[in-house]
Amino acid sequence: MNKHLLSAGDLSRNDALLVLDTAAQLAQVADRPVKKLPTLRGRTVVNLFFEDSTRTRISFEAAAKRLSADVINFSAKGSSVSKGESLKDTALTLEAMGADAVVVRHGSSGAPHRLANSGWIGGSVINAGDGTHEHPTQALLDAFTLREKLAGGEGDLAGKKVTIVGDVLHSRVARSNVLLLSTLGADVTLVAPPTLLPVGVETWPCKVSYDLDPVVPDSDAVMMLRVQLERMTDSYFPTAREYSRRYGLDNHRMSMLREESIVMHPGPMNRGMEITADVADSRRSVIVEQVANGVSVRMAVLYLLLGGYSPAQAEAEQTVEGS
Amino acid sequence: MNSPRVRTVFEAEDIDRVLTRISHEIIERAKGAENLVLLGIQSRGVPLARRIGSRISKFEGIDVPVGALDITMYRDDLRLRPARALEATALPDVGIDGRTVVLVDDVLFSGRTVRAALDALNELGRPRVVRLAVLVDRGHRELPIRADYVGKNLPTSLKEAVRVKLTEIDGEDAVTLSSVPDSPRGGPGPAGDAA
Amino acid sequence: MSRLVISGASILNRAPADIVVAGDRIVEVGKPGSADTSGARVIDADGLIALPGFVDLHTHLREPGREDAETVETGTRAAALGGFTCVHAMANTEPVADTAGVVEQVWRLGKEAGWCEVRPVGAVTVGLSGTHMAELGAMAASAAQVRLFSDDGKCVDDAVIMRRALEYVKAFDGAIAQHAQEPRLTEGAQMNEGVLSGTLGLRGWPAVAEEAIIARDVLLTQHVNSRLHVCHVSTAGSVELIRWAKSKGINVTAEVTPHHLLLTDELARSYDPHFKVNPPLRTTEDVLALREGLADGTIDAVATDHAPHPSEDKECEWSAAAFGMLGLETALSVVIESMVNTGLLDWAGVADRMSVRPAAIGRVKDQGGLLEPGQPAHVTLVDESVSWTVRPEELASRSRNTPYRERVLPGRVVHTIFNGKPTVIDGRTERVH
Repeated sequence: MNKHLLSAGDLSRNDALLVLDTAAQLAQVADRPVKKLPTLRGRTVVNLFFEDSTRTRISFEAAAKRLSADVINFSAKGSSVSKGESLKDTALTLEAMGADAVVVRHGSSGAPHRLANSGWIGGSVINAGDGTHEHPTQALLDAFTLREKLAGGEGDLAGKKVTIVGDVLHSRVARSNVLLLSTLGADVTLVAPPTLLPVGVETWPCKVSYDLDPVVPDSDAVMMLRVQLERMTDSYFPTAREYSRRYGLDNHRMSMLREESIVMHPGPMNRGMEITADVADSRRSVIVEQVANGVSVRMAVLYLLLGGYSPAQAEAEQTVEGS
Repeated sequence: MNSPRVRTVFEAEDIDRVLTRISHEIIERAKGAENLVLLGIQSRGVPLARRIGSRISKFEGIDVPVGALDITMYRDDLRLRPARALEATALPDVGIDGRTVVLVDDVLFSGRTVRAALDALNELGRPRVVRLAVLVDRGHRELPIRADYVGKNLPTSLKEAVRVKLTEIDGEDAVTLSSVPDSPRGGPGPAGDAA
Repeated sequence: MSRLVISGASILNRAPADIVVAGDRIVEVGKPGSADTSGARVIDADGLIALPGFVDLHTHLREPGREDAETVETGTRAAALGGFTCVHAMANTEPVADTAGVVEQVWRLGKEAGWCEVRPVGAVTVGLSGTHMAELGAMAASAAQVRLFSDDGKCVDDAVIMRRALEYVKAFDGAIAQHAQEPRLTEGAQMNEGVLSGTLGLRGWPAVAEEAIIARDVLLTQHVNSRLHVCHVSTAGSVELIRWAKSKGINVTAEVTPHHLLLTDELARSYDPHFKVNPPLRTTEDVLALREGLADGTIDAVATDHAPHPSEDKECEWSAAAFGMLGLETALSVVIESMVNTGLLDWAGVADRMSVRPAAIGRVKDQGGLLEPGQPAHVTLVDESVSWTVRPEELASRSRNTPYRERVLPGRVVHTIFNGKPTVIDGRTERVH
């Protein structure tokens, strides 16, 4: 594994399997009387959130605490400096506090890359969602959930058909999932109106369809992306009604799924928009399990990035080797 | 570097014989097998625990619960190596509370693995008593820990490496001693017998 | 009258010659060793290439208003080091250069600094608002003699305003220098729209946003029979459109920046805002088309779009960062790397695209002359045999936002002569007053 987790594309198949296998072991900790491991005792994990995301922050916080790390929550949203320098100054502050890992959520694509590569901080950087770029731990937890449900909880996702539906253009979840799931051998199909697909999507390692109905019956999993209503005002689609009719998952479409196929959603859901309440609450829905798996996967990532050599040690040793 | 001299100190039949002896000792000390749980420490402690478990079951006519314990997350030398993959921790359905738990490992060396295993046990439940069985005790303890059941005491120097091979993992049963030192205090060497 | 002898320079890389300067004029060009050096300052230019002093059509000097980023003094000093003897100061200052008062102030600051000629560009519309035409006539008639007008940084997107401005400047032989960027197609845009913008999750800036405006403007220019200059052309499609317009006899000229001749959007992968620029870095295909367009004359000039920004506007996340790059001190080296070393342009071509044609476009009387007796003595002497490593902290600009940090570039300006006086000797500026 690299020192940082910035993009799902950074993970090789072996890296990804290592995370998933480790997460599978760590998932057991949740069932124990003492839900805690001493592994990261004395390490400091900073949750640096420039955007509100209570669920992601809580998930990382639970993961870090179960590994006995010290957790500092740093919400930079609405702070006095709203642009630019604040990222650098914040980074320097965290460095002074001795952060071993910084979990960063930022509204600007690439902000975690900047933190990791600017020389402002020495610790590991974990991307917890950046702009419309990526959200690699979400993809890992989705892959984990898919593997549990469709592949007996081990190995890769070879041949599994995963359909991702909705606002791909603005979705960091979609980008990370396409990269990771294809690395793990899954057949990914993106479904969206042409306005909500990025330029160049034809070069991505997946198929693309403008119609949902032909894709549903052959899907092992259907992942619905959140669609924000402001996309309507920006003329990405005409009305919420038309969107739901063409791209929403309702009972009728769900009935076209095979018996063992599942329905996923990264949350938060717009019930009635991209998914009906019936579908969200149905037995096919694994949305609650996705949340639980999020903690295990994030524990695995924290352990694999921080559990071994500390970055400072690794660098010191490299210096020795190089001299 | 000199090519390592490798010497077999324990053949398959030796291993077989001492496991049988250890099984009898465990039964004798525990006055039966009713309350026993065997926990193999990953990796090579696990097949050893299974072998001992099946012997005790045969001798006593009851099933002895056998589990596996991965102590990676409790090690004190994590920061000295790259993070490792975890292996399974699987407790028997009966759990460990109130039981006589026998930890089983291949080699007893510094004692740090056993210390980590005791920490792990502490968070998994509350056994009535914990004992330790090892195939080889090679000395050089760094912690006040001793084994209750020892297959063979093997005097070694720190310049030597002890390697246990088991059919389930390595395709054969043997214990070898070679002149290449282990990196005992957690350097990036083979993990198997660094404990 | 002070005399200066530049000895042994190869004019436009032809045979070596001595150039004799008296006052602000070249008085004699002869065989090496032929010049009478008595009482003259002699500049040994053996092995150097002599070019007419460069003229930049597109420089942001930031004064007045953003003196933390650059001043007329620091910017023109950087220009001299880059071999420029004239720069066109863009209008997007604070206050905007939309009145005779502001353009005269900038012009006067340039004169006082003395490093090169400063030709202010006037704003097309008041406050760059795009809605009301500024007093173009007053700026033209001022001491600054403004001939180029631009809302650069913003596009004159209203077709009626653009039409009127094109018509109006005919009265004083002016031209509108358009920043071609359709605003609605580029709302929030961060980088070239393509495969990479989709992957990086950065809002795309489609080529069509530039090309649509250029297409409209060349047709408007034809319709009202005026003169259009297209700033920083960045796409292959734009080159095609300009080539077509020129073939139809439309009076359009165009410039390309050094960075669009060398760098591509791939650099955005780093998310390092030093590669964030307006218009954005494009694809390799675009770069090659721009080089070809510059070589065949479709694109008339290299213009730096030198855009200084303080470090806090670049040491941040991509979307929060300012657009723009430094350019004056690296322009020649980038042109050598992209155009000369690739065989696309010879040294006469470099002189034409960096001096002769830009001077003509800007209607700058005393610049862009070839190095002949009677011409003003603006001379740039280049050593093409050396290479250098760009170190931001060593640049003369007040800002550090070069995209070439630690990059090795070929060729250096050794001496610059402005108005018969050396401004740069051996790569260092000389005090001229």
